[in-house]
Amino acid sequence: MAWDSRNETIHSMTRRTAMLLPALALGSHALAQGTGPSDKPQRGGTLSYAVTAEPPTYDLHQTATFAVMHRLSPHYSTLLAYEPGKYPNIIGDLAQSWTISPDLLTYTFKLHPNIKFHDGTALTAEDVRVSYERLRNPPKGVSSFRQPSFTQIKSIETPDALTIVFKMVKVDASIMDTFASPWNSIFSAEKLKADPSYPVKTVMGSGPFKFVEHVAGSHWVGERFNDYFKAGKPYLDGFRAITMTPSAMVNAMAGKQIMAEFRGFTPNERDRIVKALGPDAQTHESPWMLHMLMNFNCEKKPFDDPRVRRAISLALDRWGGSANLSKVSQLGAVGGLVRPGSKWAATEAEMVQWPGYGRDMAANRAEAKRLLKEAGYENLSFTLINRNQQPYITTGVFIIDQLRQIGVKVEDKQVEIAAWYSAQTSGNFEALLDSFTQFSDDPTNVLVKYISTDRAPDVAIQRAIDRELDSLFDRQAEMVDPAERKKLVRQFENRLLDQAYAIPILWWQRIVVMESRVQGWTMSPTHMIYQDLADIWLK
Amino acid sequence: MAMLNRVLKNVVLFCRLQPLGALGLLIILVMATCAVFAEQVTFYNPEAVDFGAMLSGPSADHPFGTDSFGRDIFTRIVYGARTALTIGFLSSMIGCHIGAAIGIASAFHGGWIDLLLQRFIDIILSFPIVVLALVVVAVMGKTLVLGIDLNLVFAIAIPIIPRSCRVIRAATLSIRTQPYVDAARAGGYSTVYILLRYIAPNVIAPFLVLLTAYIAQAILLEASLSFLGLGVSEPKPAWGLMLAGDSANFYNEAPWMILFPGLAISLSVFAFNLFGDSLRDWLDPKYRN
Repeated sequence: MAWDSRNETIHSMTRRTAMLLPALALGSHALAQGTGPSDKPQRGGTLSYAVTAEPPTYDLHQTATFAVMHRLSPHYSTLLAYEPGKYPNIIGDLAQSWTISPDLLTYTFKLHPNIKFHDGTALTAEDVRVSYERLRNPPKGVSSFRQPSFTQIKSIETPDALTIVFKMVKVDASIMDTFASPWNSIFSAEKLKADPSYPVKTVMGSGPFKFVEHVAGSHWVGERFNDYFKAGKPYLDGFRAITMTPSAMVNAMAGKQIMAEFRGFTPNERDRIVKALGPDAQTHESPWMLHMLMNFNCEKKPFDDPRVRRAISLALDRWGGSANLSKVSQLGAVGGLVRPGSKWAATEAEMVQWPGYGRDMAANRAEAKRLLKEAGYENLSFTLINRNQQPYITTGVFIIDQLRQIGVKVEDKQVEIAAWYSAQTSGNFEALLDSFTQFSDDPTNVLVKYISTDRAPDVAIQRAIDRELDSLFDRQAEMVDPAERKKLVRQFENRLLDQAYAIPILWWQRIVVMESRVQGWTMSPTHMIYQDLADIWLK
Repeated sequence: MAMLNRVLKNVVLFCRLQPLGALGLLIILVMATCAVFAEQVTFYNPEAVDFGAMLSGPSADHPFGTDSFGRDIFTRIVYGARTALTIGFLSSMIGCHIGAAIGIASAFHGGWIDLLLQRFIDIILSFPIVVLALVVVAVMGKTLVLGIDLNLVFAIAIPIIPRSCRVIRAATLSIRTQPYVDAARAGGYSTVYILLRYIAPNVIAPFLVLLTAYIAQAILLEASLSFLGLGVSEPKPAWGLMLAGDSANFYNEAPWMILFPGLAISLSVFAFNLFGDSLRDWLDPKYRN
């Protein structure tokens, strides 16, 4: 189906019908990829899009925010990548081909020949090796945000300039996702040797666009890299990422001052933009690999008691929340620890067995009250540290109302992001509303949020130690049989939701709106991939 | 009894001579009654989410409609009056009292103390009232006591101080040269006694006018700060907050989400301004005659 007819289909929908889009998301996703035979990519033009936050660093290895990814991704390459339109299929990016030994302990990659960095120097296997060494063993003064992902790599060898061999300590079922991670960008070995921190302040990669300028608080500009190793790409002359607030972004989209925003809008914002742009708008929707959760500080009373944590989880009407909050916010599906709809997700029949997921809310609330009484916290009140932006505020209102119904009083303390991060790292919180996103559905990527804090102190902030959970995590990480791995994921979820160190609230729904002339962009369940802009062109 | 009769007589006289002021007073009294007896005025919980009533228009069940969480807007406005009046009254009281104290002391003492204090006041006055409050609230964060954000109260009170100080200083400057003040000085009374006995009572008229005028300003400022996300936070009902967030997103589908809180803010500011102006006229013999 061609773009135009698809857009007409979407625009003829009423708002009520549009609300049903989440259910059709994957279908719309598939349609969004469709490019008719007459739609041959055209070269030229500058893409302008909005990003709602400033990048805290330029170094993709040391951060996890989209504010960095949405600006830096066009400047860098990775070893592998997710295939556009066919997530989660993995294809080569720098790697032209690869082989995997039968015992899954050796991965050999052949790089494309003639890959150049933006400064004209050649990119070789040595650059890949040094970049991965930086990721798994960061030098002093450099942090590697995803260092635990590389623990199973034993050694990295470069038998020749275009070949790189990764040898594993033991089988890692998610290692191909690690190689395809958009965060694992390849830097220049020569420059890293001179300054291991150069990527923090200097943008110099081998991606489709060269860095031009960054004016803090205003914009980020990139221009086409004419020596990009993928022939004919990129199509755009350049891009301009403009920093603006979410409300300004909606108005800028409606007024055609920007062409796109790739993170996501609320249903109402989507409707406002679509109404303003008319046939010049295109929308894409998908369940989002991003979920809202409540972390308890398990070192502090009353949340050192699993009965109290379980009571809180029991009191939340997730099904009712999902059905209604999805109409007014980005909150969407009910799910466990892995994205609903992914191949690892629990079925509804499995979910309703978990505490807080049963559909009989009267029974859930009665059990929650019983647990609180048994634990000696009948008149519980606590402070929830929250962020002062949507949909955190909406989730906070929902939680307060739900807990009020079992007699629990919650003070929703909405703070700036710096104070929110500070509470996380210092442990100075009773309960903290949080969200978690990853670049792939791979269970190792997503379950890491819930393992013992001493295993992943940067992400697992609930300050709990549970070796049973850790053991299940390690076992699934090594399990290559998908069916067996899925069973282990279920066991992990059962254990976590029983102990409730942290509890998922709802998953988000990703809604992307852009001008219909923006072509070649791929919708996915995560806003962290498909952002190198190499395939985008303007109609 | 005689005193009550005198007060009632004065109230009746005020209403007869200042009908607009009386209207303002009536609105203020209605708001205050709603604030104090909110639980009796409406039977909904202002923070209770009702998914079945999300974005419902005005009806018998919900006279002002509901918001995006299905919360009754009338209830939130009634409870919001509590927030507005508490913060407005406290801020104005604190700001006007501190300002008046500084103004009286500055004018009465004169000399280098007056010079120093007034230059400092000049500096604070050079900041627009909203900007100053924004800076203060952003720096101080939140300190909740009995559900009231004390830092928000101080953030609103601080910009009131220099303005109140200037007016009261001007009034004091004209009073301190009066013969009865000279006589009190000659009589050997202490400075504190003179201030409390002769100066303060004579600046009470402009002070009361300031107090009422700045309650209106404080309500407006609280609404502005809440609208900007620096005042009261969800789910607490506050008029400015009700205009922010989802109200802006749903102004097409649910205009009542903006209309009624906006009216409440306008009406309260209008009422306090009417009352303040009439009070000034009432207390000023030139106007009264």
